[in-house]
Amino acid sequence: MSDDLVQRVLRVIATTKHIPPETVTIESEFEQLGIDSMDAVEILFALENEFDVSIPDDEVRTVRNVRQMCEGVERLLAAKSAANPS
Amino acid sequence: MRRVAITGIGAISALGRDAGEFAAALRAGRPGIGQIRSADISPLRFQNGAEVADYSSAPYFDERRADFMDRFAQFAVIAAREAVADAAVEWTPELRETAAIITGSCVGGQSTEDIGFVSLYKQGLNRVHPLTIPKTMANAGASHISMEFGVTGPAYTISTACASAAHAIGQAYWMVRSGATDLALTGGSEAPFSLGILKAWEAMRVVSPDTCRPFSKDRRGMILGEGAAMLVLEPLEAALARGAHVHAEIVGFGMSADACHITQPSSEGAARAMRAALRDARLAPEAIGYINAHGTATPANDPAEVAAIRAVFGEHSAKLAISSTKSMHGHALGAAAALEAVAATISLRDGFLPPTANYQVPDPDCDLDVIPNVAREARVEYALSSSFAFGGLNAVLAFQSSQASRSRT
Repeated sequence: MSDDLVQRVLRVIATTKHIPPETVTIESEFEQLGIDSMDAVEILFALENEFDVSIPDDEVRTVRNVRQMCEGVERLLAAKSAANPS
Repeated sequence: MRRVAITGIGAISALGRDAGEFAAALRAGRPGIGQIRSADISPLRFQNGAEVADYSSAPYFDERRADFMDRFAQFAVIAAREAVADAAVEWTPELRETAAIITGSCVGGQSTEDIGFVSLYKQGLNRVHPLTIPKTMANAGASHISMEFGVTGPAYTISTACASAAHAIGQAYWMVRSGATDLALTGGSEAPFSLGILKAWEAMRVVSPDTCRPFSKDRRGMILGEGAAMLVLEPLEAALARGAHVHAEIVGFGMSADACHITQPSSEGAARAMRAALRDARLAPEAIGYINAHGTATPANDPAEVAAIRAVFGEHSAKLAISSTKSMHGHALGAAAALEAVAATISLRDGFLPPTANYQVPDPDCDLDVIPNVAREARVEYALSSSFAFGGLNAVLAFQSSQASRSRT
């Protein structure tokens, strides 16, 4: 997983939730950060815009922490570049 | 305080064009859920809804009148016509002047607004149709009903998201009970199938990709629905005096606010609304035999609702039958509670309990008798219909069968 991707995901979470960026790390659990289900769908919306991807509902059902979220974004970006080789 | 009879019902929904078809589908446990046809679903992650199949305004309204009415207002008038005809209301000048019309709607005519915004933002036209405002306003249903019958008394619309029609019916019930009016026409209508609204629901990630499976472990969310249902309420004594048919009585209404979260349900808030309805009806929890549940089939709602029922009913929970008819008519938002009030009325009148359709896998967090898939023949005396809206605004209605009321008098 690239550091750039992780930093962008962390920034999106911090910006959406209006919390200091340094409180969000790759090891953070949503529960620690006080992210509830509505916060989570807002973050997904912001990630879709940030990475220009569409995140299926099934991908997010079991996501509970930042690492899973980064891995999901990485998977979707890989699928996107496979579908549109430049 | 006067007793309040339901003397007329009307319903148009995915389960059919009138209350008779609605009752037949409930009894058969037959869902009206399928691929959405009234909006372009190609850009959507979900495909299914509960629409009024092949709806056209032509059989109901002349073309010029239909021009003035969004689909949601048309549904309101269609259901109101049926309810008024069913009640055989005898209009007098005095009754027209004092009758009340109270409707619920969540999104009003937003399909009309959507069309206007497409022309403005997408097609680049610099104008929007002049009827956009009068067709979009959420009170258009109540207004068109008043014009349809020449009713000039109190008329208004309540908007509390998915509980709109329950709040509307509750207000109408209290007005008839207190003597503020001698007849109320009340219910809700909704037609939320426009791309803008569907995309907004998609973004919330609460809509099921297949169907609506309330209380089932494998539930994946709600299915949006549309339609309208209306009830005619009048004092029981007056109804009996004029020889009207009494479908059932409304005997209680309770409300509460969660004061908690804008979307997450609170079982405490739901429990407070059920207790308030029982208190208003002067009923012990043990009197209730059936609950038409809110039952949206979202992961969050169903366990919270079951926890609330357990908190209110205690040991009696095990003897209660509950079902979510949203599994058949979908979640018609501001019309949902009206469809469900009619479903509760029909179940008391006809002696059967509608099932929770599409049920597959028991969920330990929803371990009540949810009447899976098959309607049950049962004569119940008292029923509740629960509605718990986004925004944490809850409304619960209590109904009594007319058989029970006869044996009491």
